[in-house]
Amino acid sequence: MVDFRKGSRAATRRAVLVAIVLASALLGVAPALAQQTTSSSDKLFDSFKSDVFGDRPMLLDTGLVRIEAPKRAQDAALVPVDIFIDPAKAPDGIKAVTMIIDANPAPVAATFTLGKDAGVTHLSTRVRVNDYSYVRAIAETNAGELHMARTFVKASGGCSAPAVKNSADALASMGKMKLKQFAPGDGAMSKAQELQLMIRHPNNSGLQRDPITQYFIPAHFVQKLSIAQGDRLILAMEGGISISEDPNFRFDFASDGNADIRVEAFDTDGKQFQDSWPLD
Amino acid sequence: MSAASEATRRGLLRAGAAALAAGLMKRVPTARAAAAPKPLDLTPIADGVFAFRGLDEEMAEANAGEICNLGLVVGRESAAAIDSGGSRVEGEAFLAAIRAVTDRPLRYLVSTHMHPDHIFGNAVFRDAGAEIVGHRNLPAALEARGTFYLKSYRRQIGERLMEGVEIVPPTRLVVDRMSLDLGGRSLELRAWKPAHTDNDLTALDPSTRTLFAGDLAFVGHLPTLDGSLLGWMAQLDALAALDAAIAVPGHGPVPSLWPAALDDERRYFDVLAADLRKAIADGVPLARAVETAGLSERDRWALFDVYNQRNATAAYAELEWE
Repeated sequence: MVDFRKGSRAATRRAVLVAIVLASALLGVAPALAQQTTSSSDKLFDSFKSDVFGDRPMLLDTGLVRIEAPKRAQDAALVPVDIFIDPAKAPDGIKAVTMIIDANPAPVAATFTLGKDAGVTHLSTRVRVNDYSYVRAIAETNAGELHMARTFVKASGGCSAPAVKNSADALASMGKMKLKQFAPGDGAMSKAQELQLMIRHPNNSGLQRDPITQYFIPAHFVQKLSIAQGDRLILAMEGGISISEDPNFRFDFASDGNADIRVEAFDTDGKQFQDSWPLD
Repeated sequence: MSAASEATRRGLLRAGAAALAAGLMKRVPTARAAAAPKPLDLTPIADGVFAFRGLDEEMAEANAGEICNLGLVVGRESAAAIDSGGSRVEGEAFLAAIRAVTDRPLRYLVSTHMHPDHIFGNAVFRDAGAEIVGHRNLPAALEARGTFYLKSYRRQIGERLMEGVEIVPPTRLVVDRMSLDLGGRSLELRAWKPAHTDNDLTALDPSTRTLFAGDLAFVGHLPTLDGSLLGWMAQLDALAALDAAIAVPGHGPVPSLWPAALDDERRYFDVLAADLRKAIADGVPLARAVETAGLSERDRWALFDVYNQRNATAAYAELEWE
């Protein structure tokens, strides 16, 4: 019960943070012309981290969580990020991993909740990075410890640059999902079963203008996602505008039995998307 | 020495001093124009058809943004420019070169697509009275990206070159095809489906069989992908079938032979798509796949290391939905 209240309070704080920072970005108050450095990125993080995590201590580079991303982004709207979890270093298990991009208009990119005993040790996705910035993964153990890893990415314009290269097709196929399965050992990242979930969605950042009305196009993105095997949660996500167009998640997990993989997603327009697939 | 001649000499000196002062006065407020490059080097490539050959480089302060090819077609009654260059400075230098070649009114500026190296000089041509013509998708594409272009290129090419740069959208839109009458000759415009971008336009001069291909054709300079790889590949045959003998590619030698100018990019696209399809089928993740996709083409292109991984990133995200 306590956990639930804490969780929902944290979620509210996060939502407020997302909203406030987004509003200031829309008013043009936020990111200046100057490029962020590692130390100015750290300062940005310090300015909002208590809004997300309270005043809890944070352990840096313990190896419990690791993060990898290209040092220089090829396409700022499509930056691959890999998060690794070392279960041996978390005997109590990991409750959630929050991904933060300091210099983005809405820095909390996503919070991933990991299913108990789901065995997720590696998760990769693609994000927008709006400026030179640290990208952080902060893991919360079931014992309540916070462990952080970070990597500096040189990119610019991922959020304000329109990601949709082919705007006519983007809306037509919205909500379509695809699940890829990778056999263990066959190019896979670990011995466990590995899956890749792809969702067609523009994941509008809310930082682009409508050419006719001149108003900013309202942010329209996949807000919640859950991936389960049968009734057993593998991975859930609460996300924001920093997740790239056509959200894409690749992860490993410990399969249990032959139940189908079920996916449910909700976007900010209240649309629900769902699909399911049998395991190979 | 007579008093009169003394007065004249003084007069001359004064006049000379005044003329010098006037020269200085003139030079001071137009320091930017004085620092501008000399008129662009326009090469005649066919009867009444001229082109400027851009550098195979990224836009930078040192090259004044002069990286893409520009064109000019002169008819009996009017002239049309194709693209305006990567800064106001380049646009002005291009306009000066046009004025040196023809006294026909410059009636049209054809914008081949949205990228800054092709459109940052548009304001110069609007101010010179040209009507700006573009793909039906170009206004929306510029509206969506304009603010970002103005901000990010300030970093890339510096404040001085960004001075006076505006995002100026077309006022005449090409939905599918359009013919511009220049007097005694026409310019045939065609709007393409998403390829290099989602707003690619070509201009064909049938009287000399010269094609202005915009960035649908890259020769020597690695193609850059900001639209759809599959769309670009699917339209190569239709591009090759255009009735042209020579072309001004968006980047590359001027003129290039048509349709041979498409051969290298066709091969690059085939290699890139094949490498990525194999990686996707083998389960190789994006971050790793883009490190090797297309690498066998590395020695054949300028700027390969700058653009290949970006192309591969966009193409991977497109191809994994196949």
